[in-house]
Amino acid sequence: MLSSQIKSNEIVFGSCNKDLLEEIIYYGIELGADFVEIFIENTDNSSVLAEDDFITSVSPSFGRGAGIRIFKGKKDGFVSTNDLTKHGLMRSVSQAIEMLDITDNKRELFNGLNKHRDYSLSKKKWINEVPSINEISEKLLVSTKSLKKNNKIITRKGSYSRNLQEVIIASSDGTYVSDIRLHQTVGLNVIASDAQYRSSGSRRFGSSGMPNEFRLWDHEKAANDVFESSMNMLYADYVDAGQMPVVLANKFGGVIFHEACGHLLETTQIERGTTPFENKLNEKIAHESVTAIDEGISEGSFGSLSVDDEGMEPEKSVLIKDGILKKFISDRAGELRTGHKRTGSGRRQNYSFAAASRMRNTYIAKGEHSKEDLINSISEGLYCKSMGGGSVGATGQFNFAVEEGYLIKNGKLTSPVKGATLIGEAKEVMPKISMCGNDLELAPGFCGSISGSVNVTVGQPHIKVDSITVGGR
Amino acid sequence: MNPREITTQISKAADFLNLKKWDYGASFSNDYSVQVDKGEAKQLKASQKQILTIRVWNQSNLVGITTTSDISESGIKKALKQANIASDFGNKNESTEFSPLAKDPIKVKEVKKRNPVGIKKLLTVLREAEVKLLESHESIKSVPYNGLSESFFERVYANSEGAFRSYSKSQAALYLYARAEEKNKKPRSSGSVKLGYGADDIDIESCIKEASNKTISHLNYSSIKTDKYLICFSPESFLTIINAFSSMFNARSIIDGVSLSNKNSIGEKLSTEALNIYDDALHEKNISSTPFDGEGTPTKRLCLINRGKIENFIHSESTARIFKTTPTGHAGLGSKVSVSPDWIVVEKSDENFDLNTSLDHSTYEGEFVYIEELNAIHAGVRASQGSFSLPFDGWLYKNGKKISIESATVAGDIKYLLKNIVNIESSQEVTTSGISPHIWVDELSITGDA
Repeated sequence: MLSSQIKSNEIVFGSCNKDLLEEIIYYGIELGADFVEIFIENTDNSSVLAEDDFITSVSPSFGRGAGIRIFKGKKDGFVSTNDLTKHGLMRSVSQAIEMLDITDNKRELFNGLNKHRDYSLSKKKWINEVPSINEISEKLLVSTKSLKKNNKIITRKGSYSRNLQEVIIASSDGTYVSDIRLHQTVGLNVIASDAQYRSSGSRRFGSSGMPNEFRLWDHEKAANDVFESSMNMLYADYVDAGQMPVVLANKFGGVIFHEACGHLLETTQIERGTTPFENKLNEKIAHESVTAIDEGISEGSFGSLSVDDEGMEPEKSVLIKDGILKKFISDRAGELRTGHKRTGSGRRQNYSFAAASRMRNTYIAKGEHSKEDLINSISEGLYCKSMGGGSVGATGQFNFAVEEGYLIKNGKLTSPVKGATLIGEAKEVMPKISMCGNDLELAPGFCGSISGSVNVTVGQPHIKVDSITVGGR
Repeated sequence: MNPREITTQISKAADFLNLKKWDYGASFSNDYSVQVDKGEAKQLKASQKQILTIRVWNQSNLVGITTTSDISESGIKKALKQANIASDFGNKNESTEFSPLAKDPIKVKEVKKRNPVGIKKLLTVLREAEVKLLESHESIKSVPYNGLSESFFERVYANSEGAFRSYSKSQAALYLYARAEEKNKKPRSSGSVKLGYGADDIDIESCIKEASNKTISHLNYSSIKTDKYLICFSPESFLTIINAFSSMFNARSIIDGVSLSNKNSIGEKLSTEALNIYDDALHEKNISSTPFDGEGTPTKRLCLINRGKIENFIHSESTARIFKTTPTGHAGLGSKVSVSPDWIVVEKSDENFDLNTSLDHSTYEGEFVYIEELNAIHAGVRASQGSFSLPFDGWLYKNGKKISIESATVAGDIKYLLKNIVNIESSQEVTTSGISPHIWVDELSITGDA
C-alpha cells in the first residue's frame, strides 16, 4: 500500500483522487500486470437543431465512466464501466487480469503517481462561459432564416453541438493528469428543389477550447456559402466517368490526404500489416512537392489537445517531408508493438474505447502556387470545390464523394457537375500530387475508426493530382 | 437498480418536481470481445454499460429530454431536472405524445438467450478460426480484421401512464477479414460476418469458408472498362441499397423534406410488379429482433412495396398522427423522434410474368457484373436526391469466365434502378441486415480504370 490512508471510496471530479488511483493501479500490478492505465471521464453535452424557423430538438446529456487497460507483454485487456467506486474499479482490474490469464509471479515496480499535471485549472470556468441553450437557439434561428433566399430552398437546417469532457488519466508509469476538453461545432444544411432537379449544400465549423467561438461564428457568410453551393449544383449534369486530372480545393479537400494516406501512417495499420508504407521510412512515397504534418497543438483547432488520452502532450509530427516518409502516428500500444515512438496521438471517443493511434490536425503544407496556376495547368479535368465524406479499405483503396464540382476546360472553370466520386489507392495517388497552392486552410471533421469517433482537423492548400479515377455516370 | 426500481425512482423524483407526464427508455449491457493476431491474443475487451433517456412533458405539453449513464438516485433527479429545462425549448409545431400502442400486448418470440461462454472460450475459438483461415489457402497471409464477441442486454420502456415493457437477450458475432498476397500483384481482401444468439450458435466453419472463398476469388483481378452493364446484385448488396434509400418509406423523412416520396406517394409504382419488400423486425431469422420500439410500440411485419407499388410508410407516434394512421414500431426515443427500418425482407411476388428468368447468377452465360458488396455508403449515397456512386467488390462474368474487378464504382439513381429490375431470383439468402434473393438490373453505369 503506497498511502497510509484511503480518503475516498469513489472517484470525485474536482478532488484529489491520487490515493484511490494509486491503490487501484497497485492492485493491478500486484496481480501481475506489466502496465495499468486508468482513464476516467465526466461529460456534459448538449445539442440543438433548428429546422426552417423553429427549434425542433434540444438534447442535453451527461455521464461518467472509466476505461481500465492492462498490458501483459504485447497483449492488452480493456474493461469499461460506469461504476466509479473503488469496488467497481477494482472489479474491472480483476476482470482485465482474468481475461489476460495472468499467472506468472513476475511483478513490475510501481513507485506511485508523479506530481499531478492539471491542465484543467484555467478551463473550469468554461462551463459557465459557453453559450446558453437560449443563446444558441436564437443564433441558429437567425442562421436558418438567412438561408431563406428563394423558393427553391425546401429545407433549411442549423445544428449545434457542444461536448465538455473532464478527464483523469493515471497509469503505472507514474502518469497522473487531469484535463477539460471543450468542443463546439455548428453546421448549416439546405436542400434545393425545382421540378425534377435536387441539390444540397452543407458547411460545418468547429473549434476546441474556445467557449466564445460560437458567438463569433459568421453565420451570414456561412449561409451565403451554403446557398450559393446548392444553387450552383441544382441544375448540374452528372459528371462523365473516367481518368482525369483534378484540382482539390483547400480546407476540407484535405480529407483526401486524411483518408488516403493519413490512416495508413497510424501504427494500428502497421500492427495489422495493412499499410503499404510499413517499411518505407526515409523512402520517397509522395511527390517531392508534398510535405505533410499531423499535430495537436494549433490553438483552437478541432483536433487540438493539451494532452492525449494516454497522458502525453501532443507533438508536431512531420509525417512526410518533401515526399520522403519521416514518421508514423503512434500511441502506447503502437510503440510497444511496432517500436515507433509515441507522438501524443493516443485518442478515443470516450471511456468505453481503448486509446489507439489517431490523427489530430492533419494537413499538407502550403506550396508556392496560386489556385489559378493549378487550374490553368489543366486542359480537361475536374475542380472539386467541396468534398463529402470518404473512406479507406483494408487494402488501401480510398474513395471520396465530391459535393460540389466543376469541369475544367482549357485552364478555366466551366459548368458545375454532380455525382462524382474520386477513387484510387494512396500508394499510386501520392506521387501524382504535383502542385501545391499557397492557400493552406484547415477544416473540422469527425473521424471514425478503431477507437470510435474523434474530432480532427483536415487541411491543405489547393492541390493538383495529375490523374485519378472519377466515378460518375 | 433494476428496471422496476428505476421506474419507481423516476416516478418519485418526477412527483417531487411536479412533473406529471414522463417516459423513459433504458438499456443495460455487458459485452465481451476478443481479437487475435497470428495466434496471439491482441486485445480482450469487456464493458458494462447503462444508458437512460428520460422525456418529460411540461405544463404547456412541450417535451424535453435528457440522456445519461448515471443511473444513481442523484443522476435520475439531475436528468429529470435537465429534461424539464429542455422542455422550455420543446417543438411547438409538432407535438409528441405517448404511443397509443405502448400498452398493447407484444408478440413474444421464443427468447433465445444464451449464457456467456467467457473470454477464454471466445479466444480459443477465434484462434482456431484464424489458423484454419490462414491454412485454407497459401496466398492468405493474415487476418487483419477479426473479432468474436458476445453481448447480453436488457431494454426497458416505461411511462407515467403505467406502460412497462422490458426484454433481455443475448447476441454473438464473428467477423473474419482476410488479406491475400501474391507476388507482383496487389493485396486483395474480403471477409465474412456471422451472427448467433450465443457464441456456440455461430456457424464458424461457414464463416471461415466464406471468408476464404471470397478472398481467393478476388486474387485474379482486372480493371473494367467504363460503360453501362447488366448487373446482378447479391442479396447483401441489394439490401444495402434499399436500406440506404429507406427514406423513401420513412414518414419522418417525408415530413422533413429529405425523402424522394411525399405524403401522396402511397400507391406510386416504383418497380416491376414482381417486387415485394417488407420490414419485419420479428422475422424468425432476425437475430437482432426487438419486440418494441423506442416509444414502446410493438414491432411487426409491414409491407413497404407490394407488387412494385409503395404500400406503407414506417412511423413513430407523431408521424403516424400527422398521417392519420397508427405507429408502426419504428421509432427511436429522442428529442426529435427518429424513424428507421428494422430488417428488410425482399421477395418475388406472384405477379412475376415480366421477369427474365434466364438470368440466374449461377447459370447465366452472357456478360454481366456481379456486385458482391457495396462500400462507403456514407460517402456515396445522396438519399435526398436519389443518386448514388459507390465503390464495390465484385466480378465481371464474360465468355464463361469470371474475373474480380479492381477499383470500380457503380453509379445511378435509385428510382431508375428499381424501374430497371429485370429479374428477381427465386431463392432468398439470409444476411445480417435482412433477406433477399439476387436481383438483376439492366443498364447501370460502372466506372473503372481500364
